[in-house]
Amino acid sequence: MDLLALFVDAIFVDNLALSFFLGMCTFLAVSRTVPTALGLGAAVSVVQTITVPVNNLVHRYVVTEGAWAWAGLPDVDLRYLGLMVYIAVIAAVVQVLEMVLERFFPALHRAMGLFLPLLTVNCAILGGSLFMVERDYGFAESAVYGAGTGLGWALAVALLAGIREKLRYADVPEGLRGLGVSFLVVGLMSLGFLALADVRLG
Amino acid sequence: MSGADRRVLLDPLLDNNPIALQILGICSALAVTTTLATAFTMSLALTVVLTISNGAVSLLRNHIPRSVRLIVQITIIASLVVVVDQILEAYAFEMSKRLSVFVGLIVTNCIVLGRAEGYAMQHGVRLSLLDGLGNGIGYSLVLILVGSVRELLGSGALLGINVLPLAVDGGWFHPMALMLMPPGAFFLIGLLIWGLRTWKRAQIEPSELPETALVLEVKTEAAEGGFARSVR
Repeated sequence: MDLLALFVDAIFVDNLALSFFLGMCTFLAVSRTVPTALGLGAAVSVVQTITVPVNNLVHRYVVTEGAWAWAGLPDVDLRYLGLMVYIAVIAAVVQVLEMVLERFFPALHRAMGLFLPLLTVNCAILGGSLFMVERDYGFAESAVYGAGTGLGWALAVALLAGIREKLRYADVPEGLRGLGVSFLVVGLMSLGFLALADVRLG
Repeated sequence: MSGADRRVLLDPLLDNNPIALQILGICSALAVTTTLATAFTMSLALTVVLTISNGAVSLLRNHIPRSVRLIVQITIIASLVVVVDQILEAYAFEMSKRLSVFVGLIVTNCIVLGRAEGYAMQHGVRLSLLDGLGNGIGYSLVLILVGSVRELLGSGALLGINVLPLAVDGGWFHPMALMLMPPGAFFLIGLLIWGLRTWKRAQIEPSELPETALVLEVKTEAAEGGFARSVR
């Protein structure tokens, strides 16, 4: 598949938040103000860009059927352990990333350090890796897919935060306040993103 | 069953529903509700995992060192999810293909980890099991409701059996494709929350209006009140 098309698809059409509802809990919880949304969006993008290709390598050389043939174990099939391995890889990457940021980029660490530990249990991150496995992406594809979905998620959360900042001045019916109206707004955003589904590049 | 037990079990159904009030576990709730059958399977899978993981975490709660408790909890949950996933693949292969990655994503479902960390770590096995079951049923209620509305309006059927006569077959019902797409799910959940909060008014969120705007509002209200009185 054309990598550019995959990248654009991953940002808009396959948007993890708006088309697959992944990471919704954090998506709604941190989209009250633009700066926090941007911080979390950046953290998700970075972690997603790293974990999807890393999990791709882990999937191909450790977990998949016949991956241990080189060691004389062609019948070993560890696919049932995949889920736990991917989660462990994500937790490890997040931990290492946090340490590296703290040591070398303290400013960046202050901006998104708060959100990093949360990302281990963010469904968008695990979902990205699981979709990569399900769709059988190669290494280059998975790198592009990871970057694209991360960016798409960040874009969606930043846009929603912008709308919600304005929405505070709106006179919303009592029962719809906060959560309810946020869902309706996300629905409208999702409609907008879906409209890009038929755009084909090249 | 004593009163306390019943409260633990029934409270998450309406008064403290994990999806509608605590915004937990929405990720999977929307993705698998295009048909009632997938919504039902997902509910069952989540309720089983949630109940057993709550029980297991509660059993081990005095032996888990605080510093590594999240890892232990995730490992327990992930093991249960792997088992459920394998059972689904073995006995309901079609269904497991339709649920795609979303059974695996139960691992990161905030409800499961939230109940393990927030409830099972502090309470006994019996109460934790009940709490898991209650929250599982609360989640299932929303899923099944959304699933049936989406399938009914989106394809005029329930559980794959045609209910509303479709226009293409000479009936009157035009399926609303929007209901099967992601935006339809968002709208439905938004409206569902609106309905629930109009009924249970204690769940209404405080106004997010900034201070200055509030003062303005009070002033206009006062002015309007004065105007109404003078008219009267």
